[in-house]
Amino acid sequence: MKSATGTEAVLRVQDLAVHFQVHKGGLMSNKISVLKAVDGISFDLAAGETLGVVGESGCGKSTLARAILGLIRPQRGRVLWLGENLTGLDDEALRKKRKELQIVFQDPLASLNPRMTVGDIIAEPLKTFYPKFAKVQVEERVRGMMKMVGLLPNQINRYPHEFSGGQCQRIGIARALVLNPRLIICDEPVSALDVSIQAQIVNLLKDLQKKLRLSLIFIAHDLSVVKHISDRVMVMYLGKAMEIARQGALYRKPLHPYTSALVKAVPVPDPEIARQQPDTGLTGDMPSPFEPPQGCVFHTRCPFVVKRCKVEVPPLRRMENDDWVACHCAEELDLTIRRVAVRKRNQDE
Amino acid sequence: MNLLDVKNLTVSFDTPDGQVHAVSGIDFTLEEGDALAIVGESGSGKTQTVMALMGLLAENGTASGNAWFRGEDLMAMDAQELNRHRGTDIAMIFQDPMTSLNPYLNIEKQMTEVLMHHQDLSHREATEHAIEMLRAVRIPDPEQRIRQYPHEFSGGMRQRVMVAMGLLCEPDILIADEPTTALDVTVQAQISQLMAELRRQSRTAIVLITHDLGVVAGLCDRVLVMYAGEVVEYGTVEQIYYSPQHPYTQGLLDSVPRLDDVEDQSLHAIPGNPPNLLSLPKGCSFRSRCSKAFDACREKPALTELEGGQLARCHLVNRS
Repeated sequence: MKSATGTEAVLRVQDLAVHFQVHKGGLMSNKISVLKAVDGISFDLAAGETLGVVGESGCGKSTLARAILGLIRPQRGRVLWLGENLTGLDDEALRKKRKELQIVFQDPLASLNPRMTVGDIIAEPLKTFYPKFAKVQVEERVRGMMKMVGLLPNQINRYPHEFSGGQCQRIGIARALVLNPRLIICDEPVSALDVSIQAQIVNLLKDLQKKLRLSLIFIAHDLSVVKHISDRVMVMYLGKAMEIARQGALYRKPLHPYTSALVKAVPVPDPEIARQQPDTGLTGDMPSPFEPPQGCVFHTRCPFVVKRCKVEVPPLRRMENDDWVACHCAEELDLTIRRVAVRKRNQDE
Repeated sequence: MNLLDVKNLTVSFDTPDGQVHAVSGIDFTLEEGDALAIVGESGSGKTQTVMALMGLLAENGTASGNAWFRGEDLMAMDAQELNRHRGTDIAMIFQDPMTSLNPYLNIEKQMTEVLMHHQDLSHREATEHAIEMLRAVRIPDPEQRIRQYPHEFSGGMRQRVMVAMGLLCEPDILIADEPTTALDVTVQAQISQLMAELRRQSRTAIVLITHDLGVVAGLCDRVLVMYAGEVVEYGTVEQIYYSPQHPYTQGLLDSVPRLDDVEDQSLHAIPGNPPNLLSLPKGCSFRSRCSKAFDACREKPALTELEGGQLARCHLVNRS
């Protein structure tokens, strides 16, 4: 499978599955249930490509991120990084690989040690991997990183609580970039931020990605955020991929009913359109991941459900233009999103 | 007479670093059946405004000003008098549905308590009414679910329980503080729709507090934009969305990511960070982040009334 840009993939995830064993019932009960957090995910990622991963709470997107980095050991499947299978490596070998694969976490303040200065936080990965670096060298690199992510280098001795949420996320990004990684996984990097600040961080990541030719996996629970940064988008539901498609196509004509619901759920900042905004078409709540539905996992909420969906699991199939979908009815459904003309805003400029 | 008439409301906090003016003199009114949005970034004072109305400020906080509710001043009431109105006439829904429900009590206990306390209903009557309310917010099998505990509900369900609890005593005003921010998008859409429906059915006035202008458009009639504790713009949704006058409002609108805009456009951010209330710049508090700032902005602009009752606090509106 070639990736979207036509170049050879740097990361290949093949049939990756992470299952958790959870004790259920009372204190004395020995009943164990299996939670399939990630259940057979496959995709390729090229150098310099951005894959958006979207899904609601409990769909397994954060577990997927951790499994790719080897922070959680998967039950099955392979993670091929430049041809090498990471799931086969021991902890020490994996740790060395993390120079190339880094992560930015969701909660900007909670993911920074409150007792360390910004300089120490950003320098920590350097000190871990290159203990012989001279102090001046490290500081120079840290100041360079701070500048690159839009922080003032003279704030190097400040503590995380002195920064706003958006600035803390910049610190997290600098820490992830300091080792010159080739892949960065951003796990909901903007979900905890004000809308007005979200755009700053998305634009920063986009610029850095272009400048450094990074591969990026950008996780979000909302399609509107990943639109501006992704080349392709993967939509997840209950541990499975529902659709993987090129960014533009996914928003114009989704192939999966769940994707279409996610598109329709994004609120439009325009009163005339918003008042007549269509229903998402979804009924009910997401089923418990302990008892996922038989057949297609989405069938209990799908407005287009047919008999077959309740018994047969739809495989992720290749459609035109290398878009992928897991739906029995993808050919019959026309889920084209119809847009209402946007009223121009009058500004006195 | 207005249902609620807030005049010159001020909230300040004593902190080790000095006095912080979270809200500096804001005015607004609410009529029956109105839906008003209070919009702004973290620290703009939007939550503290309503906390002051409800008498729920933290211990180091003080509020002044007036808030006339049906002719009575909420700000002059002690806790006992406020309790006659809180929950019955004015109800509030908080942002995080998990932490605002008591995990040790089942839903029935939490819902009936309000009714038995405020409306002197018997336990049985209260339970029946609570079940009815749960059905109204579309919780399936309300007779069974009412006996369950908060952790047995999903996030969206819990927020629906919160909406149901807020509406139990048929309040005149329902204040919702970021009711959908902690929720998934599809659930957010469901809750927004639910609130819009409830609003059509009852005469309840809604105050919606949010940082996201996206969720306001379909639900509210009027918008109050706050920055650094002050009102910077006020108008109908049409005025705010189609002809925003304050550069901050324009920035907030531009930063909402849209799915229906031109392909591959990069997102517009408001530069800089939300203001630090301890060290506000002199003059217009938005000046340091404003792309249109000029000499006059060194002096504080007044809130100016424009055509159609729209208000804006910006020197640009005087110039044109």
